Amino acid sequence: MKSKGDISPVQEMEQAEIEVTENKSESGACFPPTFSVSEIKNKQRRHAMFLKLKEEKRKQKLELKKKKKKERKALGDQAPPKEVPKTIENQRIYDETTVNPEDEEVAFDEGTDEFSAYFNRLTNPKVLITTSDRPRGRTVRFCEQLATMIPHAHVYYRRGLALKRVIPQCISRGFTYLMVINEDRKVPNGLVLCHLPDGPTAHFKVSSVRLRKEMKRRGKDPTEHVPEVILNNFTTRLGHSIGRMFAALFPHDPQFVGRQVATFHNQRDFIFFRFHRYIFKNEKKVGIQELGPRFTLKLRSLQKGTFDSKFGEYEWVHKRHEMDSSRRKFHL
Amino acid sequence: MQHDDVIWDLIGNKSFCSYKVKTKTQQFCRNEYNITGLCNRSSCPLANSQYATVREEKGLCYLYMKVIERAAFPARMWEKVKLDRNYAKALEQIDENLIYWPRFIRHKCKQRLTKITQYLIRIRKLTLKRQRKLVPLSRKVERREKRREEKALIAAQLENAIEKELLDRLKQGTYGDIYNFPIHAFDKAMEKQEEETESEEEEEEDEEESGTREFVAEEEFEESDLSDFEDMNNLKGSSDEEEDAEEQSSEEEETEEELEEEKTKAKSKGKTPLKGPVRKKRAYVEIEYEQETEPAQKSKAT
Repeated sequence: MKSKGDISPVQEMEQAEIEVTENKSESGACFPPTFSVSEIKNKQRRHAMFLKLKEEKRKQKLELKKKKKKERKALGDQAPPKEVPKTIENQRIYDETTVNPEDEEVAFDEGTDEFSAYFNRLTNPKVLITTSDRPRGRTVRFCEQLATMIPHAHVYYRRGLALKRVIPQCISRGFTYLMVINEDRKVPNGLVLCHLPDGPTAHFKVSSVRLRKEMKRRGKDPTEHVPEVILNNFTTRLGHSIGRMFAALFPHDPQFVGRQVATFHNQRDFIFFRFHRYIFKNEKKVGIQELGPRFTLKLRSLQKGTFDSKFGEYEWVHKRHEMDSSRRKFHL
Repeated sequence: MQHDDVIWDLIGNKSFCSYKVKTKTQQFCRNEYNITGLCNRSSCPLANSQYATVREEKGLCYLYMKVIERAAFPARMWEKVKLDRNYAKALEQIDENLIYWPRFIRHKCKQRLTKITQYLIRIRKLTLKRQRKLVPLSRKVERREKRREEKALIAAQLENAIEKELLDRLKQGTYGDIYNFPIHAFDKAMEKQEEETESEEEEEEDEEESGTREFVAEEEFEESDLSDFEDMNNLKGSSDEEEDAEEQSSEEEETEEELEEEKTKAKSKGKTPLKGPVRKKRAYVEIEYEQETEPAQKSKAT
């Protein structure tokens, strides 16, 4: 590589082209070991060099692959097992709070926490769904559809009431859950789920809301049967408590006759909610058809006690700068 | 010397005034000491050497007065008097300070004071109500979250996961006796327990065939009432997974006896929901036939 700083631009260009063609005609790369593409000052030439570099790397990679494949074939049965490709789930940083199914401490905690009343079948869920002030049509329809999916759910208009005043009234009327759907610019974007007697309050960010009529190939409206609940991938301690929160929304005994299932699937801290109707075609195959709205949730904060944003004690708050710095670390 | 008329001639009508804002119908004055806000001969603070205003600072009202004697001292030109918080007393104070002043200015000062107290009351009321907090969204973060959500959705493979979970539940027997083909699970359980006998296998095979036949036939049956299912649910009892082993063993014994029961239960399955997933395929076909102009193209394409 000649030094390019001395010659005039036109000649430089010509030289660069010649060099490019020369390099292409040669089979291997001829980059000196201390050369770095970023040291070239001229943008176009730097770009050209970079592309060449990439091409080289791709070629090498292909050759390596071919070699490996040949070796595999040659070895036949004795070939070492195929390597598992890396996925984000594989590479996830191990969370110390991952719950072991046989953990006694966790079992004890769950026996005595706010949901124990539900899980011991002492209470039946009763949900109050409301919105922020002055909801627009989309939010209202979303609330209605939620109410059809969750049994014993009632939708009430907010009328500008303060939540702290609403909560004691709900408790006195026997509600177990308060769900507030926050709206911004005519679209629901937040969900506050408050377990009522004195339970934790979870604040979620809601995204990708699809109402029933926007869904393709959907089934008829859900019936009044109690659906089953599927909770997937809630592994850590925090995930566990959130999972129980969702489970406690639905009554205990699902009516299998209705063949409806509500799924909360956690993937990389996003909780996807789906509502399906299933049918078993045979013992190995099941067909599912999506009814009902779908949305995704992302947990923003979990607060002990009922809704109190100023003085409440927060068990977990999503802090962007601390928690979003690593792409392989998830909290749920 | 103060020549108010000359000043007004210049700034008001003919030449330029930097505080003047012109609209189609009106002229406004942006001077902060202006009492009405309009650009008039009587409201211009520059063109009147004797002038007064009421202004509000941090919830307190002040009366500002300008007299011709101080026109040469710009730093001391405006005299600031703090008005009482009580509205009535403040009005009296205005009267007291602006005694012998032109009627127009007195009247306008009091009007301004009235308006100011009204909006101060409103502010105090609003702060007691719920305050809506606007949280700014960072566009970069939102874009990042959206992309991550999409990737997570693809990685989640929701439908496969749900189907797998449902099949697992079926195998474990949480559904009890509703479905008449968990024979596979029985086979596996039996292999594990190592209690196979040929007779049982034969029976199960028969039941398998009869089960599938029944299932197919049931699609033609009409819907039956809901009340039947509730009764049947009550009969079966709870659906806890803890009762798996018991259910499996009991089912093996009772399969023959329950054939007839299963018929009725399977009949009950022939409700509208059953048509749903089946309708999936049918719906697709129907669309091609039902639409008028488009299907011509579609059929050609396909």
